[in-house]
Amino acid sequence: MKRALWALPVPIGIAILWSIAVSQQWITLIPSPLEVLKEMADFTVGGVRRDAYSATFVTHLWASTGRVLAGFAAASAVAVPLGILLGRGKRLAAMIEPTLGVLRPIPVTAWVPLVLILFGLGSRSAVILIFIGSFFPILINTIAGVKGVPRRLTEAAAMLGTSDQAMLYKVVLPAALPSIFAGMRIALGLAWVVLVVGETVGVSTGLGSVITEAREVSRTEVIVTGMVFIGIAGLASDKLLTLLIQKVLGNRPLIVA
Amino acid sequence: MVAAHQTAAERESHLSVRIPRSATDGVVLERVSKTYGGANGTPVQALGEVDLTITAGEFICIVGASGCGKSTLLRIIGGFERATSGTVRVGDRVVDKPGPDRGFVFQDYGLFPWLTVRDNIAYGPIERGLPRGRVQEITKQFTELVGLERFADQFPHQLSGGMQQRVGIARVLANDPAVLLMDEPFGALDSLTRQTMQEQLCRIWQELKPVVVLVTHSAEEAVYLADRVVVMKGGPSHGIPGHIEKVVPVPLSRPRIVTGTKFNALRREILATIHAPNSGDVSPPEDG
Repeated sequence: MKRALWALPVPIGIAILWSIAVSQQWITLIPSPLEVLKEMADFTVGGVRRDAYSATFVTHLWASTGRVLAGFAAASAVAVPLGILLGRGKRLAAMIEPTLGVLRPIPVTAWVPLVLILFGLGSRSAVILIFIGSFFPILINTIAGVKGVPRRLTEAAAMLGTSDQAMLYKVVLPAALPSIFAGMRIALGLAWVVLVVGETVGVSTGLGSVITEAREVSRTEVIVTGMVFIGIAGLASDKLLTLLIQKVLGNRPLIVA
Repeated sequence: MVAAHQTAAERESHLSVRIPRSATDGVVLERVSKTYGGANGTPVQALGEVDLTITAGEFICIVGASGCGKSTLLRIIGGFERATSGTVRVGDRVVDKPGPDRGFVFQDYGLFPWLTVRDNIAYGPIERGLPRGRVQEITKQFTELVGLERFADQFPHQLSGGMQQRVGIARVLANDPAVLLMDEPFGALDSLTRQTMQEQLCRIWQELKPVVVLVTHSAEEAVYLADRVVVMKGGPSHGIPGHIEKVVPVPLSRPRIVTGTKFNALRREILATIHAPNSGDVSPPEDG
């Protein structure tokens, strides 16, 4: 709790500076923190502005969370097994890794037109974009984790009677787990980043679409509200994932030898 | 350490018999050699043709300067590396891969960091498919044997080096191996811990009587522990392949007194052999 209090001065300081900057007109067309706070209240519980955004937070959060989770889960489901295969099989890696290397630097925004053509306007395209965005961090970290398993550990297991077939889940997976989890955390964070891009593609609900729409009608206080809530949602999902990882690990240390 | 006072019969009742082992299992090396590819295409012969016969229950120490091939030889017996020529037999089985009949203790322990002390020791028995109750019995027995019952639920990174190596020893003993291969097992420990570990190893060996092959840099450690000390010399940097220069029997009763006259004479003999110039050397080596 005491730690939580230490977190307050920085955002308060930013709000004060921002407030001064707006009132002194150092910056224009940007809403004051107070206006944003009002909008945040209206957006969540309503009763302030009584417009199209009033009390719609839960609807948008729900839609966005669903897309983030769907894209992230699908990316994990594909990238983890593929990463294990690529980390283990030299020939397969030689076949696939160069192609993946070329695909990886392509930003998600560049994928938007193709994804729209292939999957049409709407939620499905948003999920696909989130999938693309969170796929590579998981894949790269899984490959690194699998390749980085100390040879000493596989030697130890072999000498204790572990067969080559059992080596994967007896040694390689447990040893690579910390790296895989690290990749998943990065990917989940990125999924929220990609969300805003994903929700520009013709969806009417979601925190990203709120920002897209508000931009079209110049409602800057709504834009900032959307930004703040995406940040909070991303932070909360990271905390939840960390908690889940700790649950899975029990009291096992998250380290590689 | 209750287990230390158990009779052989009591101990037998705890141990598995699934691993091929008999009291007559010795280790026989026949013309074992190892040649590496070499960085610039020219093959490097790390190990000449080594012959060595180790009888059941014997404690062998291999000493020699760095690069003489002693660790390579041990890893070949362990099955981690294939000999370029020659054969290694344990009992009547030819070694071609690692296996639980040859427990290997690494200098850097090689414990599974995600498993507790208890689970590290239980790993081998579980891999052998023993029923749960047996696994628990064996795990308890060997945790006690190395005096770690109070630390059974700790993870390796929470333990000191000496304690980690005791886990490393206990987990291979839990497989009731015919051979215990130890690659500078106490090399990373401080000298006090090292002494304690040597005493404990000696006690455990006298109780369980596996073949022990222990590689060390220390002539004193070798004379303290071994029935016979194998002195190796040579190595690629000396222009001749690594080979056994001399085998020194240690006819001293245990526990040995490291300050004894006979002890020191043996230690000096071994050191002199290690430090004598190799036939391929231009000038004598400075280290060791």
